[in-house]
Amino acid sequence: MSKETPLWEVFIRPRNGLSHKHCGSLHAADEIMALNAARDTYTRRGEGLSIWVVPSKAIFASDPDQIEENFEPGVDKVYRHPTFYEIPEEVGHM
Amino acid sequence: MYSQGLIGADSATTETEEFLAKFQARIDREEKIEPNDAMPAGYRKTLVRQIGQHAHSEIVGMLPEGNWITRAPSLRRKAALLAKVQDEGGHGLYLYSAAETLGVTREQMTEELLSGKAKYSSIFNYPTPTWADIGTIGWLVDGAAIMNQIPLCRCSYGPYARAMIRVCKEESFHQRQGYEAVMKLCQGTEEQKQMAQDAFNRWWWPSLMMFGPHDADSSHSEQSMKWKIKRFSNDELRQKFIDATVPQAEYLGLTVPDPDLKWNPEKNNGKGGYDHGEIDWDEFWRVVKGHGQMNRDRIKARNKAWDEGAWVRDAALAHAEKRAARQQKQAAE
Repeated sequence: MSKETPLWEVFIRPRNGLSHKHCGSLHAADEIMALNAARDTYTRRGEGLSIWVVPSKAIFASDPDQIEENFEPGVDKVYRHPTFYEIPEEVGHM
Repeated sequence: MYSQGLIGADSATTETEEFLAKFQARIDREEKIEPNDAMPAGYRKTLVRQIGQHAHSEIVGMLPEGNWITRAPSLRRKAALLAKVQDEGGHGLYLYSAAETLGVTREQMTEELLSGKAKYSSIFNYPTPTWADIGTIGWLVDGAAIMNQIPLCRCSYGPYARAMIRVCKEESFHQRQGYEAVMKLCQGTEEQKQMAQDAFNRWWWPSLMMFGPHDADSSHSEQSMKWKIKRFSNDELRQKFIDATVPQAEYLGLTVPDPDLKWNPEKNNGKGGYDHGEIDWDEFWRVVKGHGQMNRDRIKARNKAWDEGAWVRDAALAHAEKRAARQQKQAAE
């Protein structure tokens, strides 16, 4: 087996106005070949108008074992949501 | 395009009861498992094996059809076949990527395919001697694959499920173009119709075998169902395929090569379905174990492509290194 070819993560923007979304990964020697391969692999049926490729080793992920510490505090702070506040009906839509 | 009942998975796992129960509870709540999540070693191993076999099947599946690209009877058929074979390559890549999220490298998987260690769907170890084989593969083999793959879109492992959604979106065209090609033959001359019937005769039974051994003989199925890697049993999927396909064959005026096939109104909880004859499992295992007509050819073709592509891979990496070094030098100046 020869040397390992680097892994890239592929992000596609389906159309202008939307953000790029992760759609998969692929192997390529450099960013130019990665973009070409991404076009052939992930956009054979008009899936997008713009492609980003990012070296997979440049992605750092949060630890799934820390889901509670990381994201629980966002759930129990109900006062961060508009429905927590009482506005009289007479005031109308706010 | 294709998966078959998983061959030879080892779902043995040694975690604590508590860990396994917690994991099973997540599965039962229909939570998707994502790459960095804790998972039993058996779950990981089963998926690596299954997704790997599935990916290899896509790649080897390009060979029997690629064989006919230059000889497709019209530009319309050639364009469709080219697009289909390119799709199969793409499907292989989506699946390899999904397997890689479980910690196996592409190089390992490629090595296992090329050395003959890894399995792929045994359907591709049958030859494609006539043009009718190509239509029949699209219709039956892709049809069987769709039956298998639609439930995999809901597989508990996120990356596999997402890859399968992409694959299924593209697969419908494969089956339709195949059926259309067979239909044209059936509407043609007597010889053309005979060619379609001959291909149908040869592909019918191997297509039924694609769903894997009977439930009673499929030892790892139960664990896969419990982990929601699999949603339906081999026999359930096979029955669905038969019930869907027989009327399609009747429409074409083709005869199903099974004298024991008959409608049974009691089947499928009274909705009715077809009883079918005995499947030749000896043949199935013979082909799985490497003694099909084309096993040796397929692996030889993959090895040839890999070896002849070595200089391209090396040159691409050398070029990338050179460019990176040049950019670094320019940045330093």
